[in-house]
Amino acid sequence: MKLTGAQILCEGLVKEGVEVIFGFPGGAILPLYDTLPQYPQLRHILVRHEQGAAHAADGYARATGKVGVCMATSGPGATNLVTGIANAYLDSSPVVAITGQVARPFIGKDAFQEVDISGITLPITKHNYLVLDVGSLAGIVKEAFYLARTGRPGPILIDVPRDVFIDQAEFNYPTNVDLPGYKPTLQGHPAQIKKAAKLVNEAQRPLIIAGRGVIISGAYAELKQLAEMAQIPVVTTLLGIGCFPESHILSFGMLGMHGMAYANMAVEAADVIIAIGMRFDDRATGKVSGFAPHASIIHIDIDPAEIGKNVPVAVPIVGDVKLVLNALNKLIISTGHVDWLQQLEDWQREHPSTVIRDCEGLLPQFVIRKIYEVTQGEAIIVTGVGQNQMWAAQHFCYDKPNSLISSGGLGTMGFELPAAMGAKVGCPDTTVWCIAGDGGFQMTIQELATVVQEKVAVKIAIINNGYLGMVRQWQELFYGRRYVATPLSGPDFVKIAEAYGIPGLRVRRKAEVVPAIRQAMEEQGPFLIDFMVEPEENVFPMVTPGEALTEVLEGPKETKAVSDSAKLPVSNI
Amino acid sequence: MTTKHTLVALVEDKPGVLTRIASLFRRRGFNIESIVVGRSEQPHLSRMTIVISGSTAMVEQLRKQLDKVINVVKVFDITEEDAVARELALIKVGATSSTRSEIIQIVDIFRANIVDVASDSVTVEVTGDEDKIDSLCSLLRGFGIREMTRTGRIAMTRGRPRVATSGETIV
Repeated sequence: MKLTGAQILCEGLVKEGVEVIFGFPGGAILPLYDTLPQYPQLRHILVRHEQGAAHAADGYARATGKVGVCMATSGPGATNLVTGIANAYLDSSPVVAITGQVARPFIGKDAFQEVDISGITLPITKHNYLVLDVGSLAGIVKEAFYLARTGRPGPILIDVPRDVFIDQAEFNYPTNVDLPGYKPTLQGHPAQIKKAAKLVNEAQRPLIIAGRGVIISGAYAELKQLAEMAQIPVVTTLLGIGCFPESHILSFGMLGMHGMAYANMAVEAADVIIAIGMRFDDRATGKVSGFAPHASIIHIDIDPAEIGKNVPVAVPIVGDVKLVLNALNKLIISTGHVDWLQQLEDWQREHPSTVIRDCEGLLPQFVIRKIYEVTQGEAIIVTGVGQNQMWAAQHFCYDKPNSLISSGGLGTMGFELPAAMGAKVGCPDTTVWCIAGDGGFQMTIQELATVVQEKVAVKIAIINNGYLGMVRQWQELFYGRRYVATPLSGPDFVKIAEAYGIPGLRVRRKAEVVPAIRQAMEEQGPFLIDFMVEPEENVFPMVTPGEALTEVLEGPKETKAVSDSAKLPVSNI
Repeated sequence: MTTKHTLVALVEDKPGVLTRIASLFRRRGFNIESIVVGRSEQPHLSRMTIVISGSTAMVEQLRKQLDKVINVVKVFDITEEDAVARELALIKVGATSSTRSEIIQIVDIFRANIVDVASDSVTVEVTGDEDKIDSLCSLLRGFGIREMTRTGRIAMTRGRPRVATSGETIV
C-alpha cells in the first residue's frame, strides 16, 4: 500500500520509538500536521517559539538519552530552530529536526517563507538532508536517527518540501543503513590501551578529567572502577558533572574558568592526565600553552578529530568510552597514590572554593545550596548561562548520574526553561529544577504558556540580580566597572507567572528560602520562585580570561569563610 | 613547518557534497590551494584531490575533519608517498608571424601541444606537475599571456592502488 510522505515520516518516527515531538506548525509543514492525528502515539507539544522546540528536544535528549525531535515550518520557523540546533551540535546532543520546505517547483525562487535551511545548518549539524523524492524519505529518516544517536551524537536536520509530504510511495522501512563514509570506531586500539595502562600504572600524580562522553556512553561504573582501583582523583568538565558522584572521596569537582581552585591545581601538578570523553574546551583549559605543563595526556574520545585539536596528546585512544575503559581497567594495577591524594585534600582544605560568604542579604549560592538540601540531590538541574549556571554547577552536589543539564559549548541564554520542559517531559517522575537568571529567562519566557498547556511540572528558580550578571562581573573585574548595557529591568516575574497560570513566590530573605522551595516541591504542577539576590555578587573562583588555570581569583578580599556551608553532601551536614 | 600537502578524498556522488567540503574549509579556517573533483573508477564515488599548505598537525586536523563529513568515504594524505601528480593548463599566448615559430619551439621542448591557432594568438595545452607549468608560463609571459586556465593538481600513488573498489585501504 502506498503512503503519503507525511505518513511515511510518521511511520518512521514511530519505528524509531519517538514519543514526543516539540513543534510549531505553518504552511509548508501543514500536510505533516494534518497527518499527526493518525498517529496518536506521537505526542505533539506546541511550543510558543521554535527555538523552544529545539531546546526542549535537546533537554529531552540529554535527560533520557533518547533522540529528541523538533519540527517547524519553512522560512522563519526553520531559522528559529537554528540556535537550538547549534546548541545541540556543540554539546553532542542527539536531536532530529524536521522542517517543512516550500514545494519543489518553488525551491530557489525566493518563494514565500523559503529559506535554504539545509545550507544554513550545514556547519551546525552532524548531517542534514533536503528530501527531493518521497521514495528516499523512509531511508533518510532511518539514517537520520542512526546518525543522531551513534558515534559522537549530534543534531540531524531533515528538510521536506511541502509536495513531498503529499506525494505517495510504497512504505518499506529499511532495517539497515548503508553509510560507507560513516563507521565510528568503538573499540579502542589494543596497543594504545596498553600504552595508556603503562602510563597510568607508572604515574605518581595521575588525574582523570571526565567529560560528557562518559555520560553519553553510560560509562559511570567503568569510570568509578578505574578511579577506585588506582586511586586516581577525578575532576570533571561542566558537562561532565554527573558522570562521577561528587561526594565521592576521589571527586575534586569541576575544573576550568569557574572550577574549583584545587581541581585546577591538580591539573597543574598532575604527571599523567586521563582525559575521558571531553574535548579540551578553552573554558576548561584556560590558556592552552599553560595547561597541564607536567602531564602526559591520554585522551579517550569517540571523535578522532578531537584528538590533538587543542592540546598535544601522548596517547590517543579513539573509541567508545565505556568499551575503552572496560579494556583499560583490565590492565590497571591497584595502587594507592596516598601522597598525591593527601596533597589534593590539603589544597581542598586550604582553597575550599565553595564556601559561601557571610552576608545579611540573600546570596545566590545560598539559594542553590538550599535547593540541593531540600531535594536531597534527587533532581535534574537545568540551568541558564552565566552566573546562575556557574553557581548551580558549584553549589549543588551532583551525586546522581546525568543530573545536570546545561548549555556548555554554545552558552545559550534562554536554554533553561525549554530544556527543563523537555527534560521533565522525558522524565516525568523526576523533579526538574530550572535555574534561570533574570536575563536569560526573559529570552524564552514565552514557554511558560507551553508548560501550562502541557502540564509540565517544572520548578523554576530565578536568580534575580537585576543584571546580566556574568557580563557585569567581567565589566567589574576587567572593564573598570563600566556597566554598559548590563543593568536589566525585568517584569514582576511572580505576576507574569500568575498571568500564565503558574503559582509563584518572591523571596528576599534567607529565612524564606527553604519554605519557598518546599512549597514549590509540594505543588503538583509548575511553580516559580523569584529569588531577589545580592545584585553584585560574583562567581568565584575565576581564572583570569586568557590566562593559565593557575591565575585564579579565589574571591573578593573581604570574603569570610563560614565553615559549615562548604559544599558537602547532605549526609555530612 | 608549512609544506604543501596533497590529500585524496573519495566522496559519495551526492548533491551538496562539494558544498559540505568547501563549507568545512571555510569554517575551520583552512586555505586550500586547489581542489579538483571528478569521477573515480567506482560508479557512485567521486574523487577529489586537494592541495593545501600548512603544518603536518594542521593538515592532519583537516584530514580528520574531512573524514567526519558523512559523505566522505575515505581521505588520505599522499604527500609522503611516491605519487604521480599532474595538472593541465590551457594558455592563450599572443603570437605574430615573427614570434609564432619561437613559441612552437618552446612548446615542443615542454612536450606541450598547440590546440588552436588564430591570427594573433596560439593556445597551448600543457600537462605536467606545477613546476613544469610554472616554467612554461614564465617563458611564454614574454609573448603576452592573454588568457590562462589551470586545473589544479590531480594525483595518484604509483604501483598498487591505495584504494580498492570496496573503498578499503590496502596497506
